[in-house]
Amino acid sequence: MRKTLLESLTHGSLTEPAPAPDEAGLAELASKVDRVAQAKLGRSLAIRQIDAGSCNGCELEIHALSNAFYDIERFGLRFVASPRHADVLLVTGPVTRNMRQALERTYNATPDPKWVVAVGRCALDGGIFAGSYACVGGVSEVVPVDLHINGCPPSPIDLLKGLLALLEHVGGKG
Amino acid sequence: MGILDGIPHVHAVPSHRPLPRVVVADEGWQAAIEELAGGRLTLFGFWGEPTAVHMALLDEAAAEIAVVTYECAAGSFPSVARHHPPALRLERTIHDLFGLMPTGANDTRPWLDHHVWGKSFPLGSRNAPREAVPYQFLPAEGEALHQVAVGPVHAGIIEPGHFRFTANGEHVVRLEQWLGYTHKGVESLMQGASLEAAAKLANRTSGDSAVAYAFAFARAVEAALDIEAPPRATYLRALMAELERLANHFGDIGAICNDASFALMHAQTGILRERCLRAANIAFGHRLMMDVIVPGGVTRDIAPEGVAALRTLLAEIKKVFPRLIELYDNTASLQDRTVTTGIVKSEYARQFGAGGYVGRASGRDFDARRALAYAPYDRLAFEVPVLDAGDVNARVWIRIREVEQSVALIAQSLDLMAPGEIKSALPIGRGECEGLAVTEAFRGDVLVWLRLDRELRVQRCHLRDASWFQWPLLETAIEGNIIADFPLCNKSFNCSYSGADL
Repeated sequence: MRKTLLESLTHGSLTEPAPAPDEAGLAELASKVDRVAQAKLGRSLAIRQIDAGSCNGCELEIHALSNAFYDIERFGLRFVASPRHADVLLVTGPVTRNMRQALERTYNATPDPKWVVAVGRCALDGGIFAGSYACVGGVSEVVPVDLHINGCPPSPIDLLKGLLALLEHVGGKG
Repeated sequence: MGILDGIPHVHAVPSHRPLPRVVVADEGWQAAIEELAGGRLTLFGFWGEPTAVHMALLDEAAAEIAVVTYECAAGSFPSVARHHPPALRLERTIHDLFGLMPTGANDTRPWLDHHVWGKSFPLGSRNAPREAVPYQFLPAEGEALHQVAVGPVHAGIIEPGHFRFTANGEHVVRLEQWLGYTHKGVESLMQGASLEAAAKLANRTSGDSAVAYAFAFARAVEAALDIEAPPRATYLRALMAELERLANHFGDIGAICNDASFALMHAQTGILRERCLRAANIAFGHRLMMDVIVPGGVTRDIAPEGVAALRTLLAEIKKVFPRLIELYDNTASLQDRTVTTGIVKSEYARQFGAGGYVGRASGRDFDARRALAYAPYDRLAFEVPVLDAGDVNARVWIRIREVEQSVALIAQSLDLMAPGEIKSALPIGRGECEGLAVTEAFRGDVLVWLRLDRELRVQRCHLRDASWFQWPLLETAIEGNIIADFPLCNKSFNCSYSGADL
């Protein structure tokens, strides 16, 4: 263990430089400025992830945000275990009918002010699962969405760009 | 046709390739159930159609597979689960989707149907509405027992499902899973889909096994059409399949340690996982390598800089991973959590035909790459690690050893891969045909069965994840353990929700 720890100390950092916030995301968010929220939250956001029926591909890339390369916590963004602690809901999947109620209840359990970020192609409109008897098709059909990060699945860099745009917006720089 | 010698059948279906499919009557169906219940055959798949049910049977010793079909003239079939419990969830699913009744079944509760689809029996020909009754969990009785309900929304970044624990103090007396939350209707979307659209759905049945599913789907189509992918394509497929296995094993070995509060391992294996995904992106243009394997071959060759990227990756793994194995092996506080925790009994592993590291950590010596020797694994040398302890520790060790094997398999594939074609043309005008294929995903065998129509559209496709036969064993593994060890046990299984909910 000592060897591994020492090497981590002496080795250069693996962490990528911060990407620029997503321009399209900034534009989408600019229309929803909420000054009160900005004052309250500053530049730190707690994120609660909800899988509303994804194939689990998006979850893998959301997980990657916490590895040494992307290190999401350096931006003041962190994942929390309960919607009660969350500012942001990160929702994936075409929203299966079997998950609809759970998504609504999680949204209602999240205190205001809150933002919903829909992640992945399916979360936009159901993607390749659209039209199925088992899918609602798109997160915005169930809860109001503030930002959408596209991709199948979006890469960690795409996710970071989107979340940084949200952070800029919440921090009053959007 | 060894398997079918003891199963009287009405006739064989000639358009089913490469393995036999036979239609049986009551006598044959009962004979098949007896073979399963007696432990001579393993249930390998069980799926429905509007007026028939099919079972894939595996003879492990002979590495033979056959499919038996029972035609449900009266809208029902004799229950398999009544005599052979591993069939239970699949049987309940068949009832949910097709409305076919398993006669004599002890458990007729719905499985995937949570009564919110707006219709009953979505894939069936029966149009009767189903009465919506609240889901009844199985009882556990005794003084001082309490229940803990978890999910569908969990505390971490994981898929949704419901776990109902009954505990006595800290000790779990019974765990019952209730899944189906991620049911997307994949098999209904498959019906009538073009091969291109169907392959995309197969890739997204369980995103962590995108390559394994695409591989199995492509091979099932190739079996149905009686064609083969060119040799170079098969090596490219193996490169992707082993890269996917590496990425998942690294991620999960770290995540298991993290659930035992050993974050250092998680950080280190997280780096290796990310390096795998980056190499995959350089070599094949997508971090999870989705949509590269298609029927007939692959859509693209490895990028020119991809070979070097993979060789650099292998060198890095060989340098770093032995030290991490040592770290795992020498950290007493970690071993204290994993050794003797969450034991899967070997008789259950065998009865359920548990695939992947769940089976192999409990003495079930089966790996589809070796047993079925599909291309290119018939030309590659590798070992299949097997242990008997059946605990979390054994499942970690199987995955550690499999990492070493995958590294060797990637190196061999890179060496053996000669320039050449990467895609065979698909013949048109073959008529209706059926194919079955199995590949070994990181968590176990994936089975794909399909029927194509004359225009090469999918008429019916069933995808069976290894998780179907692993999830029930998690219920047995946690019994007598403390609730706090559930995340550790669950992660050591890492069953797919999406893959089994479909």
